[in-house]
Amino acid sequence: MGMTITEKILAAHAGLEQVEPGQLVNARIDLALGNDITAPLAIKEFRKLGVKVFDPERIALVPDHFTPAKDIKSAEQAKLLRDFAREQKISNYFEVGRMGIEHCLLPEQGLVGPGDLVIGADSHTCTYGALGAVATGIGSTDLAAAMATGECWFRVPETILLRYHGQLQPYVGGKDLIIYTIGQIGVDGARYMAMEFTGEAIAALSMDGRFTMANMAIEAGAKNGIFPVDAKTLAYIEGRLQRDYRVFQSDADATYAEIIDIDASSIEPQVALPHLPENARSVRELGEIKIDQVVIGSCTNGRLEDLRQAAAILKGRQVHPEIRAIIIPGTQQIYREALDEGLIQIFIDAGAAVSTPTCGPCLGGHMGILAKGERAVATTNRNFVGRMGHPESEVYLAGPAVAAASAIKGRIAAPEEVR
Amino acid sequence: MIIQGKCHTFGNDIDTDVIIPARYLNTSDPQELARHCMEDLDPGFAGRVQQGDIIAAGKNFGCGSSREHAPLAIKAAGVRAVIAASFARIFYRNAINIGLPIFESAAAAAGIQAGDEVKIDAEQGVIVNLTRGESYEVTPLPPFIQEIIAAGGLMPWVARKVNRDV
Repeated sequence: MGMTITEKILAAHAGLEQVEPGQLVNARIDLALGNDITAPLAIKEFRKLGVKVFDPERIALVPDHFTPAKDIKSAEQAKLLRDFAREQKISNYFEVGRMGIEHCLLPEQGLVGPGDLVIGADSHTCTYGALGAVATGIGSTDLAAAMATGECWFRVPETILLRYHGQLQPYVGGKDLIIYTIGQIGVDGARYMAMEFTGEAIAALSMDGRFTMANMAIEAGAKNGIFPVDAKTLAYIEGRLQRDYRVFQSDADATYAEIIDIDASSIEPQVALPHLPENARSVRELGEIKIDQVVIGSCTNGRLEDLRQAAAILKGRQVHPEIRAIIIPGTQQIYREALDEGLIQIFIDAGAAVSTPTCGPCLGGHMGILAKGERAVATTNRNFVGRMGHPESEVYLAGPAVAAASAIKGRIAAPEEVR
Repeated sequence: MIIQGKCHTFGNDIDTDVIIPARYLNTSDPQELARHCMEDLDPGFAGRVQQGDIIAAGKNFGCGSSREHAPLAIKAAGVRAVIAASFARIFYRNAINIGLPIFESAAAAAGIQAGDEVKIDAEQGVIVNLTRGESYEVTPLPPFIQEIIAAGGLMPWVARKVNRDV
């Protein structure tokens, strides 16, 4: 019987020939990730076992959420991470200045490759599915157990096959496709399941666009999002991935829980209204929605292509006088490349603030918290109540082109309105 | 395991950001987290909830972030169990791993009203609503999950495994 790419990767890591949805398997993991919020709890649990980590090279610790440390308690949490990394000789620890947002950083540093099984104590770990890996978020105790054993238990998920047909319209990217999709299936439309993204619109999508889509699979409740490996994937890992990898692909007779066909050519730039990512609308349908802040960055849209799209719109224009525009490159390398390409100059000339990499405002941590009644357009992934600050503030999710256009207009705006 | 208590009800898609807002995640102290449990949705909850109470909610409870601080905050606030029509998968794992009993029942989620006294019989897989005289079936947990629960959570389960392997 045929298997999906997700089933094959889980089977290979569990030492099994065949697995099927619903089956519980214990599988070897290729990488386990923690950050400055989730790893401190994991370290506390890990210490109860009195063992060393299973393999210091297969653990990554990234202090990215409340760093550079926003207060004393956050500094203590980050210190816990740092001390643990030194003690356990974990080389994949990334200090401020070399640090990046974990889900931008790990693929960039070649720590994840096709066919991998990755767990991370961060829900957006599903981002690495863009590389043809099975990657999923878990909690701190699961991370603690995995750091000790190198294994984790999984329920083999059913898979939803999503086929995107046609050519994308101008200014439509991965963010628009995924917001549209979540709008169609809902925030629990893929609960416990794998989302397999295919079709000619996906083949045409850049790696950065694929990372964006895989990143938000969790916002439909999915266990993982996954893409077929193609020439773009292989070009991306070239010169990054330093170890062997295996390319898996779904069998023609694989079984899917559902197959959804989407006419991607009809999708316009999208916005997800408060307070759920499923509240998807075409930006053109929205009336006058005045905003106070724009955030461009995050593990969803903090990559070079995102910054290029924002810069193309902001170039030679000014951020609206009543808007605070905050732009956060995902990693130091992305920051450097954006600098070399002149993008940072464009942002500063436009009147935007540019920050060192951090998750910061996305989860209401720091670097751009909203006051009561304020509204933001953000290229981030969640617009839950209180997500970016005050419980009575609002977050509108969009791609970098809509966010940049909105920064100029002072209201939610379509990219065409400024060009 | 029999759990009996008074229910607090919540709607669908209760996310981990409202269960415990990220602005309080610069600590992992359960008691401190408990003080802010459900704060952005129901600011009075942490003050009102009594030791042994139960949460009953709609579909997709605990969606969003992987923060284990969410079930920790609920547990430390005194909540003995969470009943929901369905759970988001990371929250589901986390609750089991830290020993917060969770029960999936769409019928219970639909039938239970705020303030109802319910009795959960985990072995029998049934929830009895003592206030309304109704009873609801619970979706049974897979045997492997029951094994983790019986061990007292994931870490005691792993400890046994690690010691056996050593």
